[in-house]
Amino acid sequence: MPDKRITEDDVVAELASGMTLGIGGWGSRRKPMSVVRAIARSDLTDLTVVSCGGPDVGLLCATGKVARVVFAFVSLDSIPLEPHFRAAVESRSVETVQHDEGTIYLGLLAAAWRVPFLPTRVGLGSDLFRAHPGLRTVRSPYPGPDGTDGEELVAAPAIELDAAVVHLNRGDERGNGQFLGVDPYMDDLMLRAAQKRFVSVEKIVATDDFLSEGPVESLRVPRHLTDGIVEARHGAHFTSCAPDYERDEAFQREYAASAKSPEAWDAFRAKYVDLPTHADYLAQVGLA
Amino acid sequence: MSDATRAEVCAVACAEAFRGDGEIVANPIGTIPIIGGRLARATFEPDLVLTDAEALFVANDLPVGVGDARKVIEGWNPFRMMLEVTWSGRRHVMMGATQVDRYGNQNIASIGPLDAPKVQLLGFRGAPGNTINDATSYWVPNHSPKVFVEHVDVVTGIGYDRAAELGPVAARFHRLPRVVSNLGAFDFETPDHTMRLRSVHPGVTVDEIVAATGFELVVPVDIPESRLPTADELTLIRTVLDPEGLREREVPS
Repeated sequence: MPDKRITEDDVVAELASGMTLGIGGWGSRRKPMSVVRAIARSDLTDLTVVSCGGPDVGLLCATGKVARVVFAFVSLDSIPLEPHFRAAVESRSVETVQHDEGTIYLGLLAAAWRVPFLPTRVGLGSDLFRAHPGLRTVRSPYPGPDGTDGEELVAAPAIELDAAVVHLNRGDERGNGQFLGVDPYMDDLMLRAAQKRFVSVEKIVATDDFLSEGPVESLRVPRHLTDGIVEARHGAHFTSCAPDYERDEAFQREYAASAKSPEAWDAFRAKYVDLPTHADYLAQVGLA
Repeated sequence: MSDATRAEVCAVACAEAFRGDGEIVANPIGTIPIIGGRLARATFEPDLVLTDAEALFVANDLPVGVGDARKVIEGWNPFRMMLEVTWSGRRHVMMGATQVDRYGNQNIASIGPLDAPKVQLLGFRGAPGNTINDATSYWVPNHSPKVFVEHVDVVTGIGYDRAAELGPVAARFHRLPRVVSNLGAFDFETPDHTMRLRSVHPGVTVDEIVAATGFELVVPVDIPESRLPTADELTLIRTVLDPEGLREREVPS
């Protein structure tokens, strides 16, 4: 029986500069932060990051890993704007490709279904066409509601990912994943849309124990969607990972404040990012 | 005389935006809109479906910003399902707006040129999809010429001029029922769908609103005052829906 357990650094070894990387979670919620920090301290560069963005995007921008951000929003939730992401965009050190949340959803679905686009009304008339220069419309081959020509709709382009990494509550050695919170976000879709698929989890359990952790509907990530699984307790810290833990708001404020000056960022980075392993990080933040 | 605060008048004005909506998902975003949506359901619009501001539909009158409040959960609505609700049209969202213009174009993405933003804000979020599919209202807690602008820098949510350009078929689900600010309530019930002053909050003058608006507002001859909360509504707001007084932080008296 294949054992897919790997480490954060094993995930990084599977990635390459220039890749398009999908990162799961939503805002400052259930972000695979132990893997994100491993990427941040690697020599990877020039990544295109697709994310319902939070501190994953900010941290990777601040550490110079990102060439392009594909996003509908980047937010820390309780702190509405992500300061490191803001700084990167405003200094034009990253490019942006903007979406509506809906065209992220449909784009990942299109990639998962191996079709080039999915039609939608989302985006019509808006400046999404300026903020996402490759965006195109498509004419329906069927008559419109008034019996005339087919409607013109937005062709939400497939968002194909070279790799995806998401964080879930539980998993097993074979790579099955379970979410125990209230929202799966886009996580399972990201894995379906990706070539290389990685999941980190709070805890690896025996397969037979999944249903004592949560209902069958929580088994959202079957193992045919995963290539590697990382056990990382508090792996989403400082973002929330309900019901295992809530967001560490004090730490998030410290993270946000680190955008105030290069010195503040250097200090934050040395203290919390440039540590050899996730275990060292947990010791540093008092969760060991 | 009512002793209602401005924030409480705003909550009632937000509630009024949902009047007549029936059994759809009301999705108010922001402290006072959330109080308003919950107030509407607790009083004159009992069939509204409301969330806990996350992924659950909740049947009871939930206090805003109280994390451990008891929830009577009546449904599951994670983000992807909310997007599908949006596309079905069975929803009325009330969003914020960093900028809004006379046609109701909204910007929450960035300030300055789109390709070289001076200030990067949230992004488009769900605004394009909301406005082309659903009733979309706006809430502005800080009415000023910097918010109510002649032209928005980026059109995230589309206004009536953009909808008209799309034509009657493409824009057939576009509707902007209301804009509520800390100074008054506004709608687009004019021949060319430009923004009209609908009511003035007690204690505010029409001149103040005109001065705080960066475009030419349609100002009817007779403008009512925004209605005050009833005694029951005030009790609901103060003891049930916002016992911690978070509304006063969003719109200080």
